[in-house]
Amino acid sequence: MFPTPIQQTSPLTRISYKVALPLSIVLWLLPLFAVLMTSVRSIADINAGNYWGWPKEWMLIENYTAVFTRSNMGRYLFNSVLITVPVMVASVALATLAGFALAKYRFRGRLAIFATFIGGNFVPFQILMIPVRDLTIDLGLYDSVWALIFFHTAFQTGFCTLFMRNFIVDLPDELFESCRLDGASEWHIFSRIVLPLVRPALAALAVLIFTFVWNDYFWALVLVQSDEVRPVTAGISALRGQWLASWQLISAGSIVAALPPVILFFTMQRHFIAGLTLGATKG
Amino acid sequence: MLPAMLFFLVYVVSPILQSIWISFFDWDGFGDKVFIGLGNYVELTEDPLFWTSLKNNILWLVFYMLAVPLGLGVALFLNQQVLGIRAVKSLFFFPFVISQVIVGVVFSWFYDPSYGLLQKALGLFGMGPLPILADETMVTYGIIAAGLWPQIAYTMILYLTGLNNLNPEQIEAARMDGAHGWKMLRHVIIPQLRPATFLAVVVTVIGALRSFDLVATMTGGGPYGSSSVLAFFMYEQAIFNYRMGYGAAIATVLFAIMLIYISFFLWRMLRAERG
Repeated sequence: MFPTPIQQTSPLTRISYKVALPLSIVLWLLPLFAVLMTSVRSIADINAGNYWGWPKEWMLIENYTAVFTRSNMGRYLFNSVLITVPVMVASVALATLAGFALAKYRFRGRLAIFATFIGGNFVPFQILMIPVRDLTIDLGLYDSVWALIFFHTAFQTGFCTLFMRNFIVDLPDELFESCRLDGASEWHIFSRIVLPLVRPALAALAVLIFTFVWNDYFWALVLVQSDEVRPVTAGISALRGQWLASWQLISAGSIVAALPPVILFFTMQRHFIAGLTLGATKG
Repeated sequence: MLPAMLFFLVYVVSPILQSIWISFFDWDGFGDKVFIGLGNYVELTEDPLFWTSLKNNILWLVFYMLAVPLGLGVALFLNQQVLGIRAVKSLFFFPFVISQVIVGVVFSWFYDPSYGLLQKALGLFGMGPLPILADETMVTYGIIAAGLWPQIAYTMILYLTGLNNLNPEQIEAARMDGAHGWKMLRHVIIPQLRPATFLAVVVTVIGALRSFDLVATMTGGGPYGSSSVLAFFMYEQAIFNYRMGYGAAIATVLFAIMLIYISFFLWRMLRAERG
């Protein structure tokens, strides 16, 4: 293990480590604490310039209710769910099939297709913007949740395929061979053998995709514009324009918007990290 | 596989080609396209905003890279087995999960010249307010610093995973030979962390070139376009100025820069694939 386990070091080092640890967390998360504190302040506090001191009044319930009653935050949140969940399901499903095909069948152009999926992942969004926007308008989907659902599904499928393919490639070939000898159909192999085995990968992917799509801002600006379809990211920035000085409300709104991915992260932490670090130890 | 490919072709591959095609036209998005060849590119070379954006993109590429050593630093710091360390690690990872829009909002307050926490801290040292986001020379650095926050969290996680998979025998052997601290890190640990470093560099480069959310939420490219980056400049030209052809040309330049990294990554990946 590196660095040397703290238990084996001198008492002085040990104590300073134990002090440094909580201190570093506080420093690291300072901006977040600030938002959290601001979100429970009263407007009087803010007008008086009391941004960082202890709140004079606790307005926890008032501020958070105001976010929902005085803005479309509820609608934005609902839109985000409406967009994120189908994308998550569709792109993971499509990619599992594609990943299986790429991993276990030998056919011409296999590497080229795989390379396209990988390369497509890294493309800057701006090079896609104009044609995707035009396509969306031509399909009559502009300014609807479908615009975002279609685009994100297509785009995320690239990442998911790369991910699933790398996962499935490591499954032993003998397993598939013996099933084929037993007369199992390809579909049977996929649904009875592959799917149960890739369960952990599916979970990891689903969490990642949820976070990516939930946090997207660029496409939310480009493909939709009305309040009825806006997801939370675009909603928050719209609120900033509307509530210039009401920092307590924007803070509360930001926290509400950040909550779903944060909760998901804490409940699915292992999967999440496994997904992100794919390839960090090999290759 | 077919549906996945089809989807990807329609929404990702063909738009790239279309964008490059559009970049040779003068087009407002509604009327007729007028072919002007390299006209847009010639105009770009004479556009000061383009050069500012390009310069800022390079600043992003350079300073964003700090996320790699800093992430390694944090990972080394946290790679211990003490009570509650799992919780600490997740708290450190936290910023990455939050939307960049919210990171932008938070840091705008942090920098606020009249009340921001940074100003309070500077005040303790007797320094006057520093209006970071309103200052043409400092603004880009201010935004990059905000971007580093979640990015360090990301590289830290990559390194923590890498540190978990170190070869313990090699470390013990090196320890026997009297290597420790800095020497051990340089000659034994870092070479073993190569896969993690590679991935960290790749995601950081992509992050740097994709920087849009923070610029859009924190400054909108201002003051006077001084914090613009190619991604934002393109968006501005196409959406607000209705200059689709010009925007496409900017996007093509950005894509060309990214292509260098994409090819490098693909080349490495395919080489590993062939074993």
